[in-house]
Amino acid sequence: MKLELIGITKRFGSLVANDHIDLVVEPGQVHSLLGENGAGKSTLMNVLYGLYDPSEGEIRVDDEPVVFKGPADAMAAGIGMVHQHFMLVPVFTVAENVALGNETTKAGGLLNLARTRERIREISDQYGFAVDPDAVVEDLPVGVQQRVEIIKALVRDAEVLILDEPTAVLTPRETDELLGIMGQLTADGKSIVFISHKLREVKAVSDVITVIRRGKVVGTAEPSASTTELASLMVGRSVSLTLDKAPATPGEASFRVRDLVVQAANGQRVVDGLSFDVSQGEILAVAGVQGNGQTELTEAILGLQDHVSGSITLDGVELVGRSVKDIIRAGVGFVPEDRSVEGLVGSFTVAENLVLNRYDDAAFARGLSMSPAAIRKNAEEKIEEFDIRTQSASSAAGTLSGGNQQKVVMARELSRPLKLFIASQPTRGVDVGSIEFLHRRIVAERDGGTPVIIVSTELDEVLELADRIAVLYRGRFMGIVPGTVSRDVLGLMMAGMPADEALAQAHDVQGGDL
Amino acid sequence: MSPQEDNRVPPGTGATTPPTRRQARQSDRKDEVRTEKAAETADGALPPPAAAAPEPETASQTLLQRIMTGNALVAFLSVVLSLILGGLLIAVTDPAVGRASSYFFTRPQDTLGAAWSAASNAYIALFQGSVINVRGTSFTSVIYPLTQTLTVATPLICAGLGVALAFRAGLFNIGAQGQILIGATFAAWVGFTLHLPAGLHLLLVVLAGMVGGAIWAGLVGLLKARTGAHEVILTIMFNYIATNLVLYFLSTSAFQRPGSTNPISPQLDGTAVYPLLLGPAFRLHWGFVVAVVATVFVWWLLNRSTIGFELRAVGANASAARTAGISVSKGYILAMAIAGALAGLAGVAQVSGTEKVLTSGVAASFGFDAITVALLGRSSPWGTFAAGILFGAFRAGGVTMQASTGTSIDIVLVVQSLIVLFIAAPPLVRALFRLPVPGAVGKGSTTPRTPASTGAAA
Repeated sequence: MKLELIGITKRFGSLVANDHIDLVVEPGQVHSLLGENGAGKSTLMNVLYGLYDPSEGEIRVDDEPVVFKGPADAMAAGIGMVHQHFMLVPVFTVAENVALGNETTKAGGLLNLARTRERIREISDQYGFAVDPDAVVEDLPVGVQQRVEIIKALVRDAEVLILDEPTAVLTPRETDELLGIMGQLTADGKSIVFISHKLREVKAVSDVITVIRRGKVVGTAEPSASTTELASLMVGRSVSLTLDKAPATPGEASFRVRDLVVQAANGQRVVDGLSFDVSQGEILAVAGVQGNGQTELTEAILGLQDHVSGSITLDGVELVGRSVKDIIRAGVGFVPEDRSVEGLVGSFTVAENLVLNRYDDAAFARGLSMSPAAIRKNAEEKIEEFDIRTQSASSAAGTLSGGNQQKVVMARELSRPLKLFIASQPTRGVDVGSIEFLHRRIVAERDGGTPVIIVSTELDEVLELADRIAVLYRGRFMGIVPGTVSRDVLGLMMAGMPADEALAQAHDVQGGDL
Repeated sequence: MSPQEDNRVPPGTGATTPPTRRQARQSDRKDEVRTEKAAETADGALPPPAAAAPEPETASQTLLQRIMTGNALVAFLSVVLSLILGGLLIAVTDPAVGRASSYFFTRPQDTLGAAWSAASNAYIALFQGSVINVRGTSFTSVIYPLTQTLTVATPLICAGLGVALAFRAGLFNIGAQGQILIGATFAAWVGFTLHLPAGLHLLLVVLAGMVGGAIWAGLVGLLKARTGAHEVILTIMFNYIATNLVLYFLSTSAFQRPGSTNPISPQLDGTAVYPLLLGPAFRLHWGFVVAVVATVFVWWLLNRSTIGFELRAVGANASAARTAGISVSKGYILAMAIAGALAGLAGVAQVSGTEKVLTSGVAASFGFDAITVALLGRSSPWGTFAAGILFGAFRAGGVTMQASTGTSIDIVLVVQSLIVLFIAAPPLVRALFRLPVPGAVGKGSTTPRTPASTGAAA
């Protein structure tokens, strides 16, 4: 099936989200849409999927103009969409989820799932999905849930699959598997629209790359184009993808963790006896697949976890058992992993969010009475310094883009003297231009002599920032290795192999390739 | 959930609609589904963030949040719509209209005329009973209705502020009724048991009322903070306990008049009651001034104090508050205690202002009306103040209406209920008045600076 978008324009009032976008998806192609967050990719796909009416322009399927009044029309025309956040009912089985909205019934209105199960098995076998139709969705790993979404589209005979940021939630290995599946699908004559801002994946999998910036197509590129070229096209200026960072000059090991154990409410030891030091002027990156204890480790340091044993000392002062407020006052800067849940109050203004943990400082309040003028002045300085794009200091933080929200959190945490800086997923969902900036600020904090802990599931980020890398697996460190270690070694450690074995194996297989 | 419909609503800001709070709410709401489907802009100011899947509780809280802090225009239009529907109801139930409608097809104008006069006469009576009596012979009788309105509004405002403040801290306080009763009991006991000099006595009465309400509501906050019990259930149950506790107290000799076994307390001392504000011709007392002061105080507390900052942070995003070092438990307890103290003031307004004795019916239905008042006032202090006066007018005017036109005072209750209904269903009001969906209007590049939410909240 050939799909064409011709002159698609979508306006929201005076805002033009898509400006005369032309796009042709040929059968059997992977067509990548590359663009920063907010460039208009998702809007375009929602137009294609019938969620928005285009203000102008038309959609053609096999050269016939079509009008989609809703996703049902788009699905009937053979377009399937896998959303970034899955549209699955967690407590339903795979078969029930796949049948949902398209159920067949037996006599008496009873659900007939046998046919659906059969189709799921067929598709699963054909593409090697290994999905059990009777598994309950909430029990499945994220990567498999994504395959259920793909099956949902294939069961409805989709010829064009839209994958919206599909790799954002996947581990490196799952990502590789997904890229493999995409290859099989296109070999079968299906076409795929792949939306991403991760250059490596786009280059690996695409036949054609269309770059969108500020709602317009700014160019197409061959997959052979260099990542720097692609990034520059995306951002609209030259960006440096490699961080210039001087070698660390570690000072005194002022932050020490000994035998740290964090227990979950069910008694499970989610952090299982960690001991490590972080020196002044050093970045320790904690790598690992999501859910191996990273969240609990950082929260334990900040005093947010309840069942903590062991010792955490900062400049010789014990932190375990103290309140969050005390720990923040002791000089711990903390960027939580989910800024919109833990980092910001969305309905508060940018100015208020910039003092969220310092509202009662002498600088901003006298006794109980806060000083709006001081808070506003502080906000204007930080907006300038961190280049936070907001209409004003009094805009609600929730209206900012992800990258700018992250800058608000970073600005707040980095604008006081720190003795320890912890950042979880510091650039998750942040556009390329801002990543560069945020990374430079983190390195600057290190160079100022602060011990820094970065927790990230993105290997690129870990390798770029880290002076040393600790890999967490099921609450334990698989080892702490230098920041120059190879991707393969980290991959093996993330899968649960101790550092020495991983180093030896990677050396054997790869011939010591870094 | 229907992603399709929700996603068709692009977020963003109205070109001519500055309130940032609304945008924020809009984005909160969209977090339930998926924000990134929204319009994307290149200048980085929009769209709202993607959020992780909400916790189960968040969805219902977001809904409540939307209802409790709805926009001012919708609130106003809800009142208008309710009055129109109330008018129809008055017309339909009017006996004259009924008689005229029996020959509707011969002379329809009779029915319509009768309907019009029934509704308009009732509302004129309502107005005259609550604002200005144009037929009054003296200045006193002309403005008497207005002072009645303010008198009735006093407890509504105080208790409404309590509900609004708790709500801003994320707590749905259904317990104003019980807090008023306990506050009134404390105040009344001090008022008729102690015999102290003027001034001091009243001060103690007011303080006792506030302490009573604060203890009663603070217990709810404590239970929620310690055990995680839901405040809605707790406050409802505490209402029952309070009602029966007061009945019990009134059966003991400590609360009964000497030599009597009736469930009514002795009269409060003259030194324990609020002095009249405008002289003996009016019932308006100094409790109204206290209500005004309370409104100013709550405004300051919420928008200018560190305590208010903490409470609002806890209410808007408890996880972020906790991560920022704010104690959520302390926030819950404090918010409930202050809310209870405010409801206690409403109790004082009853026993020291209008009733001057303690009975089991001293709180009337003020505690429940207070929820409506806070709702209509969008949980902002001055909004609650205005809504309290409106509801005071309904109550004061309803009596006159019933007396002079025979229209049942229950119609006022119907109008009040309709207001709540419409506020809880903003899409209905918008559809009826063809208002744009918030955020559907594009974002103007020249959008003026928006007022700080701290200011907009007032």
